[in-house]
Amino acid sequence: MSFNIYKVNEELREFMPPEILELEEKATWGNPKRGVMDLPYAKELLEEHSLCAGCPESDAFRYILASLPNPEDTIIVNSTGCTSLVFPQIALHTVHSLFGNQNAVASGIKRVLEYRFPNKVKDVVVLAGDGATVDIGLDCTLQSFFRQEKITTICYDNEVYANTGGQESGLTVKGHVFKMAPKGKQWDKVPMWQLAIDSGCHYVVRMTVSSPRRVEQAVKKAIYVAREVGPTYIHLYTPCILEIGRNSDEGLEEMKLGDKERFSFFEYMTPQAEEVIKRKKEEGLI
Amino acid sequence: MGNNGVYQGVNKSGQKIVSPDYMLFEAPREKVFMTGSEAVKEAVKRASVDASVSYPITPQSEAAHLIGELWVEGYVGVYFRGESEFGVMSEVAGCSMAGARVITTTSGPGTLRAMENFPMWAGSRLPIQLVLMARGVNSPLSIQPDNLEISFLLDTGCMIWHAENAQELFDMILAGFVVAEKTDVHVPIITAIDGFFISHTRESIMIPPEDIALPPYNPYVSPTPIIDAEIAPGRYIKDPFVMKSNYISYATHASWQWEVRAAIERSRPYAKHYLRGLIEEFGDSEAELVFIASGTAASQAKEATRMLLDEGIKAKVVKVKSIRPFPHQELLEATKTAKYIIVPEFNVVGWLEREVRASFYGKSNATIIGTPRVAGGMTMPPEIIYRDALKILGKEVSYVL
Ligand SMILES: Cc1ncc(C[n+]2csc(CCOP(=O)(O)OP(=O)(O)O)c2C)c(N)n1
Ligand code: SF4
Ligand SMILES: [Mg+2]
Repeated sequence: MSFNIYKVNEELREFMPPEILELEEKATWGNPKRGVMDLPYAKELLEEHSLCAGCPESDAFRYILASLPNPEDTIIVNSTGCTSLVFPQIALHTVHSLFGNQNAVASGIKRVLEYRFPNKVKDVVVLAGDGATVDIGLDCTLQSFFRQEKITTICYDNEVYANTGGQESGLTVKGHVFKMAPKGKQWDKVPMWQLAIDSGCHYVVRMTVSSPRRVEQAVKKAIYVAREVGPTYIHLYTPCILEIGRNSDEGLEEMKLGDKERFSFFEYMTPQAEEVIKRKKEEGLI
Repeated sequence: MGNNGVYQGVNKSGQKIVSPDYMLFEAPREKVFMTGSEAVKEAVKRASVDASVSYPITPQSEAAHLIGELWVEGYVGVYFRGESEFGVMSEVAGCSMAGARVITTTSGPGTLRAMENFPMWAGSRLPIQLVLMARGVNSPLSIQPDNLEISFLLDTGCMIWHAENAQELFDMILAGFVVAEKTDVHVPIITAIDGFFISHTRESIMIPPEDIALPPYNPYVSPTPIIDAEIAPGRYIKDPFVMKSNYISYATHASWQWEVRAAIERSRPYAKHYLRGLIEEFGDSEAELVFIASGTAASQAKEATRMLLDEGIKAKVVKVKSIRPFPHQELLEATKTAKYIIVPEFNVVGWLEREVRASFYGKSNATIIGTPRVAGGMTMPPEIIYRDALKILGKEVSYVL
C-alpha cells in the first residue's frame, strides 16, 4: 500500500497546484469501501477530461476510478483511441504504449509486480476501446485470458473507431453505415462477452454505464476475482454520441435504451468467482 | 568482508553479487566448449535477470528454451511463452515498466513482426535486452543466415552491438545490461549475432564461475517513473505529453526524440569501457587496404587478410562492435592510412557500407567499396573477399575458387 506517494513534499507545498494538494487532502485512499457515492464529496482521481462534452466514456471513467478498491496500488493500462487522451489526467500509474497491445503489456506488469512484491496486492486494470480490444488487439486480449492472467479488462464499446473519425469496427452492428463500410456493415457484431467466457474469464459482465452503482459493483467484483482467481472482463456500452448524431445531453437516454435491448445487464461467473464474490460481500466490500 | 571486498551480498538466486568490472575483467575464467545459444544461457545465468518472455523461431529458439531452464532452476524470476513476437515485445515492455531486468530473443520474421514495439521501448526508456540471432526475412519465405534485419533496427532508438562470436556475445550480454541501465543512458540494447553461424556452432569460450552474478537492477535509477505504484505517478499533467495538438506537445515530442538519440550517444564512454572499445583492429596498422566489417564478416575478413599476406599484401580489419552508437571517430582514426576500404557484409543491402559512407563523407579520401554482399543463406568463404580485394588492387587472382 503506497498512499505515501501521494503525500506532498512539505518543502514544495507552496508551489503545488491546488488539484495536487486536493489529491492528498480529499481523495479517498486506503479505503476499499470507497465508491461512486463519494463522487460529490471526494477529490476524483480524474482531473478534467478531454473527451467530447457529454461523452459516456467520461461517465465510465469517473465511475470506474471512484470504484477501484485499491487505487493507491492500481495500475491502469490503456490503448490508443479517444480514451488515451484522458490518461495523462488520471492520478494513478497509467501506461500507454501501442494500439492493441494493452493486454500483453498488462500481463508483463502484473507478473513482475507479483514477483517483486509477493506480499502486496497490486491490481492491474486494462481500459481500452472496442477497436483496441476486439479488432487490432483481439489476439493479445484473448491470449491473456487463455494464459489466465490475473488482470481485469474493461472494454469501452462505442461500436466504432471514434478517434480516427468514425469507421466501422468489429463491434459495429450489422447494416450500420460508417466510414469504411459505405454500403453498411456486412457482418454481425462480435459477441465479445461470449468470447471472454469461452476464453477462460472467471467474471464477465455486459452493461451500459447508465447506473453508477451498477458499474461500481461490476468493477469491484471483477477486480476481486482477478486478484484471486484469474482474468475478468467488463463490457461497457459507452455510445459515441458524436458519431451517432446525439446531443451532449443525450448519452444517458441512449444508454437507457441500450439497457432494455442490446446491452441488457448480463453477468457470468465461474464457481471460483462466485465464492470470492460471496466472501467479499460478507466482508462488506461489495 | 572476505574475498577482498569482491562480494556485495547475494541476489535472489543466492549467487554472490560482484561488480560489473570484476565480472567482465577480473573474475577467473574457465574454458568451455559450447554453442552460441548455450553461451546466452551462461550469460543470463550470471546477470541477475528478473524476467524473460519467449516465442519460437529458428535460430533463436534454443537460447529461449535455455532461459526457460534457468527459470526452472531459479535463476530467472518470470518466464513464459507469449502469443507472437508482437505480443512478446509488449509483454517484456510491461515487465520492464514494472521494474524488471528483462531479456528476450528473436530472429528475422520475428523481428519484423515485433517492429512497432522497438521505438516504443526506446521512447519509454526501457533498458530491455534483445538478443537478436539474425536470419533472413521472409521474401516470401527464408530461414537462411542473413543479417538484413539489423538495417531495419538502426533508427529505432535502441543501442545495437554486433558480436563476432559466442565469446563476444557472452560478454556483450553482461555488458549490455550494465550500459543500458545507466541513468543517463537507459534505452534498450540489442545484442546481435549472425544466426546459425554463432547460435548453432560450438567454440571454446572463457567464462567466469556460475556462483557470481551482476548486481541486480535497481529500477529507481530510471529517468522515467517505474510503473509499480511505489513512487509518485509521472503522468498527472494537464497538458499531456505528446497526445494533444498544441505547440507544447509538439515541442515535447520533438525534444524527446532528440533526447532518446542523445541517450545513445551518452552510452559511448560506458560502452567503450565495458566492450574494451567500440572497434577492434586486426592486421597491419599501416595498411592501405582496410576491411571494415561486423559480426562473422569480420572473422572471414581476418582470414582473407592472412591469405593476402601470403601474397605480400598488407591489409587490416577494423571490426565494428557497436553499430549504435556508431564509432565515427574511431573508424576515421583506424583508417587514416587507408586507400581502399572494403566492406564485406552478410546481407543484400549493405547497411554497414551505407553507415561507413555517410560517416566518412567529406572526411576521408579512401575509396569505399561494398563487397562481397553475401545474402539469403550463402556462406562467405574468405576466398571471395580475397578475390575481390585482389581485383580492386588490379592484381592477378591466384587461388582457384
Ligand atoms: C497500429 C495502429 N493502427 C492504427 C492506429 C490508428 N488509430 C488510433 S485510435 C484508433 C481508433 C480507436 O478505436 P477504439 O479502440 O474503438 O477507441 P475509440 O476511439 O472508439 O474510443 C485508430 C484506428 C494506430 N494508432 N496504431
Ligand atoms: S468522438 Fe465519440 S467516443 Fe470520442 S470523445 Fe467524442 S463522443 Fe466520445
Ligand atoms: Mg470505439
